[in-house]
Amino acid sequence: MNTGTLQVTTPSEREIAMTRTFDAPRSLVFDAWTKPELLKRWLGVRNGWSLAVCEVDLRVGGAYRFVWRGPDGAEMAMGGVYREIVAPERLVSTEKFDDPWYAGEALDTIVLVEEDGKTTATTTVLYESQEIRDAVLESGMARGVAESYDVLAELLASMA
Amino acid sequence: MTPDRLDSTFAALADPTRRAILARLASGEASVTELAKPFAMSQPAISKHLKVLERAGLITRGRDAQRRPARLEAAPLAEATEWLGGYRRFWEDSFAHLDDLLDELKTKEART
Repeated sequence: MNTGTLQVTTPSEREIAMTRTFDAPRSLVFDAWTKPELLKRWLGVRNGWSLAVCEVDLRVGGAYRFVWRGPDGAEMAMGGVYREIVAPERLVSTEKFDDPWYAGEALDTIVLVEEDGKTTATTTVLYESQEIRDAVLESGMARGVAESYDVLAELLASMA
Repeated sequence: MTPDRLDSTFAALADPTRRAILARLASGEASVTELAKPFAMSQPAISKHLKVLERAGLITRGRDAQRRPARLEAAPLAEATEWLGGYRRFWEDSFAHLDDLLDELKTKEART
C-alpha cells in the first residue's frame, strides 16, 4: 500500500532531502534498509534493473557495496562505509559511485520516525559543495529537466 | 553515458527552437530551408541551432553538399531519457517496491 508521495527538499545549501511515509513500523523499515536479502527486493529494482550484488557489513566502520545490473549488460555500482548505526531509527553512511556522475563522496543520513504504526523516512544526502549539490539537483529534479524529459518522451513515442 | 555527453544533450535540449527542430525531424529528415520555413528565423540562425544539435550527437547531417539534410539520432535521446528517468524515478520506483515488501513483512509478523 502506498501511503505517501516522495517529497524532495533542500534543508541547507549542500543537502538534498527526501521524505516518504510507509505504512509499517520502523523496525521493519530499518530491516528493509539494512538486510541484503530485503534490500535486494526493492532498492533500485526497476525497469529491468536488479540489485545483483548487495553486501552489508552493518557495523560502524563496516562497508557496504551495491551493484545493479540492467538490460544489455548495463551496470551501476556504488559503496561506502557506515558511520553511525542506531537501530531502528538512524543510519549514517558515506556513498560513492564507481562511475561517478557527481564529484567526490556524499554522506547519507536516514532517519526513521514512527507514529501510529506508520514510519516517515527522511534521507538526507550531504554533498561536498553547493556546486555539486546544485548539479545533482539540476541533473535530475529541476523543472527544466522535467520538461525536457516530457519532450523526450514525446519524441521517442513519435519515433517508435 | 558520460557526464559530458549528458551535459551537451541537455544544453542542446534547453532551447525551445531546438526542441521544435527535433520534433520536426522526428517525422523525417529535412534540409535547412525546409526547417527554416515554420520558424520566423533566418537560415543562418537555423544552421547555428543545427550545429549545436549535431555537436550533441542528437542529429547527423547528410553528405549531399547542397541540401545536407538533418536527421534525428535516436541513441543519445534514448540514453538521456533512460538516465533522467533513472534518477528522478529511482526512489519512487524503489519505494513502491518497499511498500509491497513491508506489507509482506507485516503479514508475516502478524502470523508469528
